[in-house]
Amino acid sequence: MMTKCTCREDLHTIKERASREMSAQTSETFEARVMVHMGTCGLAAGAQAVMDVLKEEVSRQNQVSVKVVSCGCAGMCSSEPNVTVERKGEPTIMYQHMDGDKMRQVFRRHVLNGEVQTDLALARIHGEGAAAKNPFAAARGQ
Amino acid sequence: MRVKVFNGEGCRAKGSDEVYRALTAEVRSQGVQDRIEVIEVGEEHCPGYCTLSPSLLVEPSGMIYQDVQVRDAPGLVQNLVEQQEPLSKKIYSPRKLEEIPEEQETDFFGPQLFWTLRNRGRIDPESIEEYIAMDGYQGAAEAILEMEPEEIIEEVKVSAIRGRGGAGFPAHIKWKAGAGARSDIKYVVCNADEGDPGAFMDRSILEGDPHSVLEGMIIAARAIGSHHGYIYCRTEYPLAVRRLSIAIDQAMGYGLLGENILGSGFDFHLQIYQGAGAFVCGEGTALQHSIEGKRGMPRPKPPRSTDKGLFNRPTVLNNVETFANIPQIIVKGGKWYSGVGTEKSKGTKVFALSGDVRNIGLVEVPMGTSLRTIIFDIGGGIPDKKKFKAVQLGGPSGGCIPEDYLDLPVDFEAISQANAIMGSGGMIVMDESTCMVDMAHYFMDFIQDESCGKCTPCREGTKRLLDILTRIKEGQGEEADLDRLESLSAYITDTSLCGLGQSAPTPVLSALRSFRKEFEAHIIDKQCPAKKCPALLHFEVDPEKCASCGQCYRHCPAKVISWQKKESAEIDKEKCIQCLTCYEKCRFEAIE
Ligand SMILES: Cc1cc2nc3c(=O)[nH]c(=O)nc-3n(C[C@H](O)[C@H](O)[C@H](O)COP(=O)(O)O)c2cc1C
Ligand code: FES
Repeated sequence: MMTKCTCREDLHTIKERASREMSAQTSETFEARVMVHMGTCGLAAGAQAVMDVLKEEVSRQNQVSVKVVSCGCAGMCSSEPNVTVERKGEPTIMYQHMDGDKMRQVFRRHVLNGEVQTDLALARIHGEGAAAKNPFAAARGQ
Repeated sequence: MRVKVFNGEGCRAKGSDEVYRALTAEVRSQGVQDRIEVIEVGEEHCPGYCTLSPSLLVEPSGMIYQDVQVRDAPGLVQNLVEQQEPLSKKIYSPRKLEEIPEEQETDFFGPQLFWTLRNRGRIDPESIEEYIAMDGYQGAAEAILEMEPEEIIEEVKVSAIRGRGGAGFPAHIKWKAGAGARSDIKYVVCNADEGDPGAFMDRSILEGDPHSVLEGMIIAARAIGSHHGYIYCRTEYPLAVRRLSIAIDQAMGYGLLGENILGSGFDFHLQIYQGAGAFVCGEGTALQHSIEGKRGMPRPKPPRSTDKGLFNRPTVLNNVETFANIPQIIVKGGKWYSGVGTEKSKGTKVFALSGDVRNIGLVEVPMGTSLRTIIFDIGGGIPDKKKFKAVQLGGPSGGCIPEDYLDLPVDFEAISQANAIMGSGGMIVMDESTCMVDMAHYFMDFIQDESCGKCTPCREGTKRLLDILTRIKEGQGEEADLDRLESLSAYITDTSLCGLGQSAPTPVLSALRSFRKEFEAHIIDKQCPAKKCPALLHFEVDPEKCASCGQCYRHCPAKVISWQKKESAEIDKEKCIQCLTCYEKCRFEAIE
């Protein structure tokens, strides 16, 4: 059961905990975060099969704690299915045109071993953790 | 020397076991067992190079070879024995990490400005905590706890944000009218009907960041003094509906929605209403009738919805993208928001880029960005070496913009001057193989089907426009038809009840204005220059032009083309199904 926020402070408390917990950079519970972009466009391109392989891989291994997230479209529908991998202390990578085989490879090589599968990558995503990715935070700092 | 053949489950499926056995046999037959040891690596030690298989690792060199076939075995073994670099083409050498571009360096993402889509694909849309982590609900908290309704409206006024649903009506005027209306019950309604063919911006926002829409609605509710809202979402968006309902439950759970929000004493309840997917239900008054349980038909205005809207109560209706913009306007200020854009169109706009363009997807750019930048830089231009012909904006209510106007900035006024409309953001790129008569016909067919039937000019008029267009497409057009199209269009525009009818002729008129010659070719010369209208094509091969390549023969799904090497093809017109595949496949324009 969630507790209701009754003032702005409560919201800040959630925010602080959540920003720590949503990024592999700062999380205390997982070392890698893998996001499968599963909007309608991603699903149409086969993101569900990618997610199935990912879940199977995660359940098979027990060395690295991985957080699996299904999220919305990253914007470039023609490069879907997309998968984004974030690992502690390393640049975040977005992969493109994924399928089951590619997902297995990215999981075993990159997620578990830190070896970015460069040929499958679309882009490096700048910034470390939720704070740097947050456009609001950037604007406030100005 | 050691050769490790990867032989896990996935690799086996691609024939790694055969490769393993072939290599073992080859080593034995060349009598080099003492120098080369071939071993297999099973599933438990699979390194995971799944896309390379069948693949192997050579030690001590550490080289990985991909896509190794049985026929490669003799050469591979021989080369290894002779200490030569074997199969150099098959060495796996991925690019360097630094060669992966930064997101901001890519053509697609580089020129974009992610404000509305700030959380796109970054957060888990089913987790309110992650939304809050990205400063979510700060705008709502500010608006409810620290601002007076007038201050909220003032901030929205300073931002100068205009509705993103198509018409570009300034949001603050609507909100002010809503706030000023006297009634104990008022409604805030979100228009998530998104019926334009080619539009998917709203769907993407709802699926990827549903809380941003909820938060915008809460702020609007506080500004006008409403305690109940609806999100009207089409049933065809099941994932959006699911994520919205999860979002609503979570916001209720945290006391950010429902009663006594953030302990302020302010209540706002939100409900999803699923529309059954009629285009006209995106029109404000029809949408309200639909929520009331009536047939989705528009009514004349006035009264305006802010006086008498849903259930005859004052109602503020805005589009998904409009609401998604509101939180940041409150957090960062209207001035910050209006710092980007043109004189009369501020902020950013999200487009759904599709059609004959390399990169398809959601594009968010500052207002004022040129169409050329969107289509050729972000979109990567036209594929297959074809030429750009036109870009369609605003779907069935909009028009097409030809090459000459590509440097137009995206701005509500500038685009109207080019006889199109900004619309809600659908942007369909068309290459030279598009027939403009066919395009106009497509939209008119859609519109006459979706017309609600209440008023005569729209119901009958769009049918007659379609008749004329059909006639032209089929080679039965008369010269007077072009005048007929124009005068009937003017009549429909002037006398229709709602926006659907009023804007229905726009696709036809704008095509006629920019591509009149193409209409004339259909009518006078009985030709379709883009070769898209089957009735005007002969389905005959010109032996002079035919290069005897056999492409048409190979691709014909009905198998009615005869062809032999060095001879020109021939189409059996009796059996031809006029699917146009041969026209598309012929690179020599030999089919007439
Ligand atoms: C036929 C027709 C269809 C429309 N469809 C939509 C729609 O799908 N989504 C939308 O937001 N607005 C649609 N509109 C515009 C709405 O009537 C209304 O102007 C808009 O939702 C107001 O929100 P805004 O001021 O935030 O743009 C449509 C209008 C017409 C005439
Ligand atoms: S549906 Fe509105 S004018 Fe026809």
